[in-house]
Amino acid sequence: MDNLAVIQVLLPLLSAPLCLLFNKARLAWMIAVVVSWAALFVSLSLLVMVNDNGPIIYEQGGWPAPIGIVYHVDILTAFVLLIVTSIAAVVMPYAGKSVEKEIPVSKQPAFFSALLLCMAGLLGIVSTGDAFNVFVFLEISSLATYALLSQGKDRRSLTSTFQYLIMGTIGGTFILIGIGLIYMKTGTLNMADLADRLPAVFDSRTVHASFAFLTVGICLKLALFPLHLWLPNAYTYAPSVVTIFVAATSTKVAVYMLLRFSFTVFGVDLVFAKLPLTEVLLPLAIVGILVGSLAAIKQSNIKRMLAYSSVAQIGYMILGISFVSASGLTGGILHLFNHAIIKAALFMALGAVAYQIGSTHIDALKGLAKKMPWTFAGFAIGGLSIIGVPLTAGFVSKWYLVLAAIEKEWWIVVAVLLVGSLLAVIYIWRVVEVAYFQTADDESDIQVKEAPLQLLIPLWILVIANIYFGINTSLTVESASSAATMLLGANS
Amino acid sequence: MMIEIPPGWLLIAGAIIIAMSRGAVRQIATLGLPLLALVMIWTLPEGAGWQVRLLDYRLSPLEFTAVGKVFATVFALMAFVGGVFAMRTASRMELSAAFLYAGSAIGITSSGDLVTLFVYWEMMALGSTAVLIASGTARAYKASMRYLLMHAFGGFVLLAGIVWHAYTTGSIEFTKIEIQGPAQWLILIGFLVNVGAPPFSAWIADAYPEASPTGAVFLSAFTTKTAVFTLLVAFPGTGILIPLGCFMIFYGIIYALLENDSRRILSYSIVNQVGFMVTGIGIGTEMALNGAASHAFAHIIYKALLLMSAGAVLYQTGKSRCTDLGGLYQSMPLTTICGTIGALAISSFPFTSGFISKSMIAQSAAYEHITWVWFLLAAASAGVFLHAGIKYPWFVFFQKDSGLRPSDPPKHMQLAMVVLAFICIFLGVFPQPLYDILPYPVKYEPYTADHLVTQFQLLLFAGLAFFLLLPMMKRTETISLDLDWFYRKLFPGFYKMIAGFVSTIYSASYRFIVSQFPTSIRKFYTQHQGPKDYFHKLYHSETMVLCVVVMLASYLILFYF
Repeated sequence: MDNLAVIQVLLPLLSAPLCLLFNKARLAWMIAVVVSWAALFVSLSLLVMVNDNGPIIYEQGGWPAPIGIVYHVDILTAFVLLIVTSIAAVVMPYAGKSVEKEIPVSKQPAFFSALLLCMAGLLGIVSTGDAFNVFVFLEISSLATYALLSQGKDRRSLTSTFQYLIMGTIGGTFILIGIGLIYMKTGTLNMADLADRLPAVFDSRTVHASFAFLTVGICLKLALFPLHLWLPNAYTYAPSVVTIFVAATSTKVAVYMLLRFSFTVFGVDLVFAKLPLTEVLLPLAIVGILVGSLAAIKQSNIKRMLAYSSVAQIGYMILGISFVSASGLTGGILHLFNHAIIKAALFMALGAVAYQIGSTHIDALKGLAKKMPWTFAGFAIGGLSIIGVPLTAGFVSKWYLVLAAIEKEWWIVVAVLLVGSLLAVIYIWRVVEVAYFQTADDESDIQVKEAPLQLLIPLWILVIANIYFGINTSLTVESASSAATMLLGANS
Repeated sequence: MMIEIPPGWLLIAGAIIIAMSRGAVRQIATLGLPLLALVMIWTLPEGAGWQVRLLDYRLSPLEFTAVGKVFATVFALMAFVGGVFAMRTASRMELSAAFLYAGSAIGITSSGDLVTLFVYWEMMALGSTAVLIASGTARAYKASMRYLLMHAFGGFVLLAGIVWHAYTTGSIEFTKIEIQGPAQWLILIGFLVNVGAPPFSAWIADAYPEASPTGAVFLSAFTTKTAVFTLLVAFPGTGILIPLGCFMIFYGIIYALLENDSRRILSYSIVNQVGFMVTGIGIGTEMALNGAASHAFAHIIYKALLLMSAGAVLYQTGKSRCTDLGGLYQSMPLTTICGTIGALAISSFPFTSGFISKSMIAQSAAYEHITWVWFLLAAASAGVFLHAGIKYPWFVFFQKDSGLRPSDPPKHMQLAMVVLAFICIFLGVFPQPLYDILPYPVKYEPYTADHLVTQFQLLLFAGLAFFLLLPMMKRTETISLDLDWFYRKLFPGFYKMIAGFVSTIYSASYRFIVSQFPTSIRKFYTQHQGPKDYFHKLYHSETMVLCVVVMLASYLILFYF
């Protein structure tokens, strides 16, 4: 059963060309749906297996580690795999309807194949145990993402994608340089070997430079302030489905890379004790939370508002990591999952709005909640979750982050968490107020109806997930906390 | 045997039923569920019920105490009478939100642990915001935003306190909490925000008057009184509460005397009355706590009655300012009578519910020999009579004839008012049923000759003062400046300042960096600049790359040295 680790990645990777070969829009969609559900099933079984029997190591072609490429699935891997596949499993059915309006039929097979490739790349980054392999999958997912982002109807999607392409390539190159430098120093690319050999050479400038390149490259990918500038535009002008999928998964995978490299490869003792990583990440996370939330309040395009809110939420995840404590890491890793389901739900609600009225501008939302009650009820619950109201998933993350800050007695961080959630109240409430309590300016769009069920059902699956994981936290918290324990104990 | 679910859940379920249904089902839910909850409250045993696990803690959502039952009873009663009052006129959303609100308030009374309490606490904030916003006016939208932010702030402080308390003591039990350090202070502050203690007193009079005539009735009953309940359970005898409570008493009186709008007068009067309860909790003897609990019970009833009468006037005339009203007794006799009974009750007139509850607090101050508090409370009693006991009914129902001739409100509103007026008098004449359910045995006899004489003297002289000073009491169309100025004007201004600051820093550093470039590059760079505002600027790839370079350089420098 160990080969599930590789089946996970191969499923979307091999079915992506199928979409192109058949070249039928509906068929391509159905392939994508089936593959994403199969992948979800695989990642669930992986999580169960890892939970029961410990990490899975799969050697490709039977070649042992230093020579061949291994796939390494531990609890953190399985958890992030679950995030990616479960989001994909909900997004793909949604895509069927949403893509109809946003992508020309002739391009749809290619669109779905790119979506599957992107998924394959993300899954590959997470499950591989080889540093260079990370870069390969990173490029696969990035190239697919560029292609997907550029498909937006608004022509500004082209320029914003081009910018992302430049930035993403720089980020990818930095990561490659970082990997190259440690390869030079240690002579291996296998992560476990790297972890063994790096401590001996850790004091060299080369290794420091390599880590700097890696961190900056990864931070660019995960859009940590001030390297977030590409994100708002890229998210705003992309097709709804792409925004949902990318916003919910790709930054999470980048955070995973940061965790993997700094905790497992370089080692928590070296990175956080000898290098001032906390001192760098913590202020950036704090500024990211504040600036992202402030900017979100000022946006008039709600999609852009959510994009800025993502910048802030990424700040929370990095904040959790920079505590380097069990509860902080638990909070950060937990928030990977919770933010994925929150943001996917919010963007899905917005995608349904875009599907019905073709705009996500705040003025276009006036009085819309009466016409689209289910969509906006979903948005409101997602909004409560992002604010961190009890009984929603967001609350659980907030709980652990506050706990971590209190343990460390970092009062400023507690204050930042407070201000951050107040700012979230403002930007979410702004939308709720406009949609629920204002009346539309002109009555011409009175025929606007509730979004079709194909959009509503995936949205509500996520909304219910937000409530479910706010009440029953055993799956998420236990996975996150054992991942945190594993990361902290990995090299000590 | 009934299944043991917390009674609050019935009303929360009712919120969903009301939102989904119409016609008879909705009416049955509105009237039946609060009564059913009331029955459940008195059939459920006291002490810990079933438990459930959340995070790393065992939660106990069904753990009634004696004092919890007192509050739960009056909350369920208010949900019922409020439902009767609002049934035909309130919007579906308002009624549904009000049930969520009432249900969470009852939930708090049966919470055995702080996490459950916090969950209800936040639900209550959301429910009450929705009640407020359901009034549908532009002023209500703005007020609801401020209201929500205030409670989000209080909620977060409470959360931080609970997390910290759980971390340091390992217990999340909701019981008497000894103040040992900042954790407990944060919990206390979280409670104080909702109770309307200084400097958080302004939100009450900022928000409640913007609610609909029916919404204000619900709002007045639950938020501040659940906070009184939590203080009563967690912080009895905490000294700081005495000066805070006294401050609230006089804050309420002074602003209510200055105020023109009848519903704002009554809102300030909530702060004033809750001040009595907070003082009682601060004194912390058995008698004082009994007094605080019974006063909360009595207060919810008569304040709801007062707001119903003010709401009935608003509903019939569309006006709520004293300067616009007057002489309504001629055409609204029932509303006048009920409003006056409420006014007498709030002034502790003998044979009303205020008389048998408030005096317990003052008496306990006397027993404890906290003389200054006793004097302040006595003086405040006169002040209450001035602002709520005489001023409100006088200017609304009597004084000059405003020429308005509205009829009494619809039957269901009349019925609700009569029920509450009856309870006010019933409790005043037969206090024993209320005394029997109080947490501690009552050894207090309100109807002594001494007490009656004192109270009549006090009321007589206060009344005399009012009519002598009548010219000064006449309100003009003024607005009193309050602490809410800070978050109405100062904080938005502060936000603008921060945003402006970020933008300025950004453009200054941008200009500085660009000015360091050779001229040729700089020209290329400055040619195509978009909007200058930081938050709306569309960035150029050059800027982004520049950021990357700066970041890489700083990481390298930091990692090297």
